[in-house]
Amino acid sequence: MKELTKGIYRENPIFVLVLGLCPSLAVTTQVVNGIGMGVGTMFVLICSNIMISLLKNVIPNEIHIPAYIVVIASFVTILDLLMQAYVPALSASLGVFVQLIVVNCIILGRAEAYASSHGVWDSIKDAIGMGIGFTLSLVLIALIRESLGAGTITLFPIESLGFSGEISIPGLVDAPARVMTLSAGALLVMGYLKAAINRVNERKGR
Amino acid sequence: MTYIGILITYVFISNLILSQFLGLCPFIGVSKDLESATGMGFAVTFVMTIASLVTWMVYHWVLIPLHVEYLQTVTFILTIASLVQLVEMIVQKYSPALYKALGIYLPLITTNCGVLGIALININEGYNLMEGFMAGLSAGLGFMLALILMSSIRVQMRTERVPRAFKGIPIAFISGGLMALAFMAFDKALLTNLIG
Repeated sequence: MKELTKGIYRENPIFVLVLGLCPSLAVTTQVVNGIGMGVGTMFVLICSNIMISLLKNVIPNEIHIPAYIVVIASFVTILDLLMQAYVPALSASLGVFVQLIVVNCIILGRAEAYASSHGVWDSIKDAIGMGIGFTLSLVLIALIRESLGAGTITLFPIESLGFSGEISIPGLVDAPARVMTLSAGALLVMGYLKAAINRVNERKGR
Repeated sequence: MTYIGILITYVFISNLILSQFLGLCPFIGVSKDLESATGMGFAVTFVMTIASLVTWMVYHWVLIPLHVEYLQTVTFILTIASLVQLVEMIVQKYSPALYKALGIYLPLITTNCGVLGIALININEGYNLMEGFMAGLSAGLGFMLALILMSSIRVQMRTERVPRAFKGIPIAFISGGLMALAFMAFDKALLTNLIG
């Protein structure tokens, strides 16, 4: 259980470990992109953790990093092709960042720090925990940026309920602070969130 | 696009760090002092330029003729990783002084999203070999510019009074955000005004 929950707050990949920043800031202009990126990364993380913890005794130590990268890159390619086939709109709006999951430090970091020295079952739990932590952080950043920057919250459209997938926030949608959806806003939001988390941890520590 | 256009685009308008969020980890991690920022900047520019050339050749002369474009991600990351290793070995052999200056940053570059990012952008934008080379070089220079500016800000920040919760990473993000705001002054209109 500890493996599952540590990624959500105590070892949160984005806010505590400060890893995998590029996708977390680049794609979080809309909530739906944040969810898509989070789930995609979690898929690659789970698959690569399983593979690496299975192969950990086979891979020679001298070439373990290139070997891990090949495993990760293969799963990223699978994910990229799956997304192009089944969710083309999401794939188009994430663009080059789907392929850039390869160099997301979280995945190589977990392979190196956890999966290479633990069993398959623990590695799966670790990957799920970290993946959920990553997804939740992306959703949080995206919620703040989209609601302030565009006045909307974009989710998946559900046709059977007549839900277009976009919730407008009254008051904000007419006069949004556009800068939040731009790159400057992302860095500012990230800075304030990290400061807030530092403050909370400081209070706890006292 | 002309070469000057590509240069201005990737150094100022679509600066890798400040507007495309590629290579943020070293932007926060290696920007604590000017010396390491300059070292990292040169190392990244060097690798990015060579990687742009090599990945372009691999894509157009190997992957397309063999009809295996879907192997793009795997081959690119392997190309970059081996390139970094090669550069490290060559520099170590022929220029120990340069190796001492760049050595510790070179292994970090493999997992820098910027290098893979610009290689993929070159292919997606349909650049030819020379344009790709120029884009890689300019993206590296833009990266170095942002990194050096950031490290100068952080050196200044050391003597400033910063609220305790904001110390370190949070204030670095906020300074980066304000810098990105300043860089918003460079937009596409600037390019059309400058070179028509």
